[in-house]
Amino acid sequence: MNKNMVVSVNPHIYAAQTTQTIMRDVLIALFPAVIASIVFFGIKALLVEVVCVAVAVLCEWAFEKITHRPCTIMDLSAAVTGLLLALNLPVDIPLWQAVFGAFVAIVVVKQFFGGIGQNFANPAITARVIMLVAFSGTMTAWAIPAFTDATSSATPLAVIAGAEGQLPTLAQMFLGARGGSMGETSCLALLIGFAYLLYRGVISWHTPVAFIGTVLVCTALLGQQPLYQVMAGGLFIGAIFMATDYTTSPPTPKGKLIFGLGCGLITVLIRVWGNYPEGVSFSILLMNILNPYICEWTKTKPFGGVQA
Amino acid sequence: MFKGKLHGIHAPHRKNTVDCAPARMPVPAVITVPMSMNIGAPAKPVVKVNDTVKVGQLIAEAGGFMSAPIYSGVSGKVKRLDEIVGSNGRFDTVIVIESDGEQAVWEGIKPPVVTDKDSFVEAVRQCGCVGLGGAGFPTSVKLNVDPDRVHAIIINGAECEPYITSDTRTMIDSADDLIYGAQLLQKYYTADRIVIGIEDNKPQCVKIMEEAGKGVPGFEVASLPALYPQGGEKVLIYNTTGEIVPEGKLPIDVGAIVINCTTLAVIAKYIRTGMPLVEKVVTVDGSAIANPQNIIAPVGTPIQNLLDFVGLKCEPKKVLYGGPMMGISVPSLEAPIMKNTNAIIAFDEKDAEDPVPSACIRCGRCVAHCPFNLMPAAIESAYNHKEPEKLKALKVNLCMECGCCSFSCPARRPLVQVNKLAKAMLNKYNAEQKEAAEKKAAKEKEKEAV
Repeated sequence: MNKNMVVSVNPHIYAAQTTQTIMRDVLIALFPAVIASIVFFGIKALLVEVVCVAVAVLCEWAFEKITHRPCTIMDLSAAVTGLLLALNLPVDIPLWQAVFGAFVAIVVVKQFFGGIGQNFANPAITARVIMLVAFSGTMTAWAIPAFTDATSSATPLAVIAGAEGQLPTLAQMFLGARGGSMGETSCLALLIGFAYLLYRGVISWHTPVAFIGTVLVCTALLGQQPLYQVMAGGLFIGAIFMATDYTTSPPTPKGKLIFGLGCGLITVLIRVWGNYPEGVSFSILLMNILNPYICEWTKTKPFGGVQA
Repeated sequence: MFKGKLHGIHAPHRKNTVDCAPARMPVPAVITVPMSMNIGAPAKPVVKVNDTVKVGQLIAEAGGFMSAPIYSGVSGKVKRLDEIVGSNGRFDTVIVIESDGEQAVWEGIKPPVVTDKDSFVEAVRQCGCVGLGGAGFPTSVKLNVDPDRVHAIIINGAECEPYITSDTRTMIDSADDLIYGAQLLQKYYTADRIVIGIEDNKPQCVKIMEEAGKGVPGFEVASLPALYPQGGEKVLIYNTTGEIVPEGKLPIDVGAIVINCTTLAVIAKYIRTGMPLVEKVVTVDGSAIANPQNIIAPVGTPIQNLLDFVGLKCEPKKVLYGGPMMGISVPSLEAPIMKNTNAIIAFDEKDAEDPVPSACIRCGRCVAHCPFNLMPAAIESAYNHKEPEKLKALKVNLCMECGCCSFSCPARRPLVQVNKLAKAMLNKYNAEQKEAAEKKAAKEKEKEAV
């Protein structure tokens, strides 16, 4: 036996993708949305984003230090959570509230449940929902974006729901010149990110297409201005970046379609009949809770397997 | 019934040696021939220390039905019979033969008389052939079936493992033997179809086989996508015939026989010339190899000799029998070339490094890439929680250990390793269940008797 030789079980080569490269790709895919947030809401958007990412990474590092677990900040998942949370906040959010949100996302939602891969709900979504309840004033105080002649800061969804104000044009909606959370407004930027994630094989099309498609079809059937419904609110960022979170969504294509469909239905339900003008966060959170059941229903059938 | 496409991975091809016609290496000074080179019973030595042997002379007879005889690959003298720990971790007997460098051929070499299926199967048995694709299943056992049950004979020329080109070279260099073998199979088994499956990254082989097979009735060439593990037996059967081999059944139960192309060429050569399986074409490649090539080496040649012959770039840190997806890493360079060794892959320090696993992120890549639709991450969890009932439901017993799950896992979980352990756990559990049930039945019988 040669002591210098490595003996290990097959396989002996690996695909290039690692958790870190996947998370890095998600950060890259969010980059257009970051640019858009700065373009439409000013440099303060960048400040909120930097604070959220820094606090998320710091919280992960500190929690793992205190609990004597291996440090996982280099897998970049905490940075992704921090950035996603920031992009889902209004630009004028007080920084201490953003810090609180990042803390809740990483420590309460992610680490308390066992860290990466163990949380049952999406940390950024859950933290946003908690902030929405805790800071309902600042969480719905929308800034007026650049490149619009709007005088009211009401979001398109609020306008559709009956608030004072005028709807932006569809082109403004697509490019992102409308009220809302700083990273959610530019459909163009988010679609570029979507294309990149598909190209890199990080996510599949199933969940986003099922999610957005369901909202489109249902609001069309209900006569609810489907094109506005689809581009308004957090639908694109939610469908592309949050509903596709590995840990909290099903692994199989069939499961992903069911997950997207469920998200879409709940979103429409809340938007049309609920008290809140927007329902994407709630819908994803609810479907996160249903995820284990969907996984169970959509288990794969082993090739050649015989049921005993 | 399942109708879709089987999953797999796009492994890198790295077929660097495809144009290297096999070179004969100098006769090794010593060969070490293990008795366990096949699935089933080890062969039994028939030579004693100081016996003189020649090339092609019997040195060990089949140790049972599920076994195969072994012949010497060199001429020389039997030095000793040793006990060693084989590549599977079990004790094994080896015959150590000191070569005289003459390579004198044994006088008893003569082509066997083959007149019908039974004499054909006997010839295959005498030839010492085992599944040369890597499995090492005694070929005569596989072929010892009622010809009426055989609907399709599938020749495996997929060679889906990265680096390896020894089967490719068989198709290029021994096309005549291969076709002769196909004709023999056609003659004795009268299958409706005789298909050679080749991955489409080897268009030259597809062309050669199409050309050469023109005279054989029912002969087809199936050009298959280069998607690992295309050469897996059940995968190849499904992709060429659409048949699914059910759990616990054999290919013949769906009317199929799968035979590796090099195995078939060796059988044909034996029937033509009488020279049994004594040497192998071995692809020697990997990041530690200076000049990758295909080498003809006698069975029993130490790996070290092959590495010395092709030249090393650096000290090899990990050396494999076979390709990087399913290959077995050897603990020592003294380990010999075996009948089913089709490649020696030597990795440098960087490639030998074991990856550091991190937490499962539940991305589902292991499920998405498993050819048999298993759920490796769920199996890992069931194994860690010691839940054999769950392992049974998850059908871990179907796993062929192809490595697609571990390959594609971004968290580098040791999924194949766990599957192996989980299979052992399930087997033990099943045996215990069976024993308990038997005991219970015996007790009840006793009670009834009273």
